Amino acid sequence: MATIDLNLQIWRQKNSDALGQLEEYLLEKISTDMSFLEMLDVLNDKLTLEGKDPVAFDHDCREGICGMCGAVINGIAHGPERETTLCQLHMRHFANGDTLVIEPFRSRAFPIRKDLIVDRSAFEKIIQSGGYVSVNTGGAPDGNSIPISSQIAELAMDAAACIGCGACVASCPNGAAMLFTSAKISQLCLLPQGHGERRQRALSMVATMDKEGFGNCTNLRECEAVCPKSISIRNIARLNREFVKAAFLEG
Amino acid sequence: MELNARIPEGPLAEKWDNHKFNNKLVNPANRRKFKIIVVGTGLAGASAAATLAEQGYKVQAFCIQDSPRRAHSIAAQGGINAAKNYQTDGDSVFRLFYDTIKGGDFRAREANVYRLAQVSNNIIDQCVAQGVPFAREYGGSLANRSFGGAQVSRTFYARGQTGQQLLLGAYSALSRQIQTGGVTMYNRREMMDLVVVDGRARGIITRNLINGNLESHCADAVLLCTGGYGNAYFLSTNAMASNVTAAWRAYKHGAGFANPSFVQIHPTCIPVHGDYQSKLTLMSESLRNDGRVWVPKNPGDKRRPVDIPEEDRDYYLENKYPSFGNLVPRDVASRNAKEQCDRDKGVGATGLAVYLDFADAIERDGQATILRKYGNLFQMYEKITDSSPLKEPMMIFPAVHYTMGGLWVDYDLMTTIPGLFALGECNFSDHGANRLGASALMQGLADGYFVIPTAVANYLATTPLGSVTDADGAFNDAQQKVGDRLAKIMKNSTGGPGGKITVDEIHKELGHLLWDNCGMARNREDLLSALDQLPAIRQKFWDKVYIPGSGSDLNQTLERAGRVADFLEFAEIMIHDALNREESCGCHLREESQTEENEAKRDDENYSYVSVWEYNGDGKKPEMHKEELVFENVTPSQRSYK
Repeated sequence: MATIDLNLQIWRQKNSDALGQLEEYLLEKISTDMSFLEMLDVLNDKLTLEGKDPVAFDHDCREGICGMCGAVINGIAHGPERETTLCQLHMRHFANGDTLVIEPFRSRAFPIRKDLIVDRSAFEKIIQSGGYVSVNTGGAPDGNSIPISSQIAELAMDAAACIGCGACVASCPNGAAMLFTSAKISQLCLLPQGHGERRQRALSMVATMDKEGFGNCTNLRECEAVCPKSISIRNIARLNREFVKAAFLEG
Repeated sequence: MELNARIPEGPLAEKWDNHKFNNKLVNPANRRKFKIIVVGTGLAGASAAATLAEQGYKVQAFCIQDSPRRAHSIAAQGGINAAKNYQTDGDSVFRLFYDTIKGGDFRAREANVYRLAQVSNNIIDQCVAQGVPFAREYGGSLANRSFGGAQVSRTFYARGQTGQQLLLGAYSALSRQIQTGGVTMYNRREMMDLVVVDGRARGIITRNLINGNLESHCADAVLLCTGGYGNAYFLSTNAMASNVTAAWRAYKHGAGFANPSFVQIHPTCIPVHGDYQSKLTLMSESLRNDGRVWVPKNPGDKRRPVDIPEEDRDYYLENKYPSFGNLVPRDVASRNAKEQCDRDKGVGATGLAVYLDFADAIERDGQATILRKYGNLFQMYEKITDSSPLKEPMMIFPAVHYTMGGLWVDYDLMTTIPGLFALGECNFSDHGANRLGASALMQGLADGYFVIPTAVANYLATTPLGSVTDADGAFNDAQQKVGDRLAKIMKNSTGGPGGKITVDEIHKELGHLLWDNCGMARNREDLLSALDQLPAIRQKFWDKVYIPGSGSDLNQTLERAGRVADFLEFAEIMIHDALNREESCGCHLREESQTEENEAKRDDENYSYVSVWEYNGDGKKPEMHKEELVFENVTPSQRSYK
């Protein structure tokens, strides 16, 4: 089993009000089969036994789908592998002696809670402002009553695959949440079920995005490059179209 | 403890309709006067919270993560069953019912399972209406695939991310209710205790995970939708935060815990690769539709899979079970994998794995078709193992996945504590001793969207509830007790007198004990020995576990420690339950109970019941009660998939 030694520089910050700084840790004999989070587990066990405060980081499913984990590794959200969440990044992608700078997802709209943990509740607000089809439980027509071509269903699914991790925001120089917001808007404007509310949805979700302190898209494509689910910026084009149409028709 | 399942009268197919009619209602104008707490926001919790709020109740929902969208329902890959019979291949409500109850090895209630099959169709319609992007045929109709334990194609799916899409559907409905004010959402909260006033569930105590504050919340009914307890084994496919704490607190307040030893070991997981491993990753069972399971014919054959010619391979599932082949139910597939490995036919570095081979399917259907079906799973596998299933067979091994046991509930999903309901994996109700694939999503959403509204209405309409506020004595006492317990866990925070060990070390020790003695195959001797070893592990936890930091801060070690402390207590009823059940049944083989061909032997004469455990005080043996199972519409048969 191959192992590597690493020099870690990790952002430590006690809470939202405290000032943070990078702290350095040497970690030896890390198996290259470990996931990145398992490497942090090993570090935390070591820190705990030394009587030090372990590094706080969000994580849950550890299979790349819950969207809970995430950190910026050497300047790249979720690390160097494409289409990979932090929990699915394995240490075989690093070399012996590497220095890894590990920081939280930084953005004005994501205040840091502790160490690598940020508050992404601004995302919740965006969804709450229109990321749904307003149907109550019960009385839905038969599932096959609206035919939806396989192609459209697949496009909607491409957008719906977003896990809401926030890497797009962390990597955007403008701190925009356009990729996240557009993924939901695309899913629902592609499918006929979402058509009834499409104008209101676009206006309202964009307004919430602005209100929560996110920036605007300038087509730099940094978000797309780090997205673990390869959500395409075509969705942002769709969002813009939905928004402009709605603004003319409703505004 | 009285176990009245309140199964409605009448023929099986009419029970649910009769029941909905006989249950009392709450007038729409009065619903806003009732407060309902929903703990957990996975499929069951999010769907229940959204639906109850739509109907006008005031709902408070709690989740442990930073958003309801993170609940572990999101990780379900394969699909959701429904008796739509869109494929006209002979499916019906009765067949889905029959397959589910047979798959559960006749250890579930007929009436509940039939209701599940009935509402399965409504779930699909509801999810489609929400904009869940289910897979479609080219003509635009919904696509289906087949799954283990069934001979019809009834599973609806959204690529390999069905759980994600269904959860995001329920989450969107929940978000809409948060926006309208029908639901007050509390994120990053962990339920620490249940508050019972005058024998009824009236609220909960939560810990705010950001600042450590303890908070009281009162209500007229409490719904636990807190998932399963598979993490008792340390390694499982569950998310890291999945735990038994909420259900265990309910148990300690008098809720019966049913069939705690019924744990499903999923056959297709990525094998363990090291001590540092924190979790196991499931590969959807749907892979068995196209993958062929095999091991080398000769024990100890360490050649690479490509070098093993056809005649030296043993496609043991196809050979042993010709009519179901690779699609036998999960327990049969898991047990057979273990059996092959025990015979030294296991593959990979540890010898604890079998092959799942797609070469034939790729040759038959082409790489593009296979990738369209399983692309994301293949990608996930490759990321973890550094090996491509397109080039080499996958390696798989069974892992703890789902817990069929859970809080005992009646037909209305109410526990033995009035006003306390349990939904989804948290209850024991529908899967008997083994859950079929694509049934967990179905049950979570059935409970939340369709079953709980009538149940809650009937409870509120028929129960005189005194006024309770969160400033009442019961809440203060409960907060005090929670605080004391946290302080007790923190007492070694400066380094215990007996030396320091980490929470995970103890958790791993418990996990090994359960996996070795209370796993797929069990026997009396091992179970007794596990029961013997348990108190020492528990003592070690309280003497030596070291928690850095403080309790009034974000402290992830403290969170884990609290959960492990509960698993250490819970493990005891799990083992007691396994000891009591001297039959092979569903997911587990009881070694003393086998047929001549070494297949599991169920004992209907003596064990056709639900075992329900009642708390008798700390340090005392829990008492077991029985709910006898009555089969009027199906005849329990010895399962055979040959």
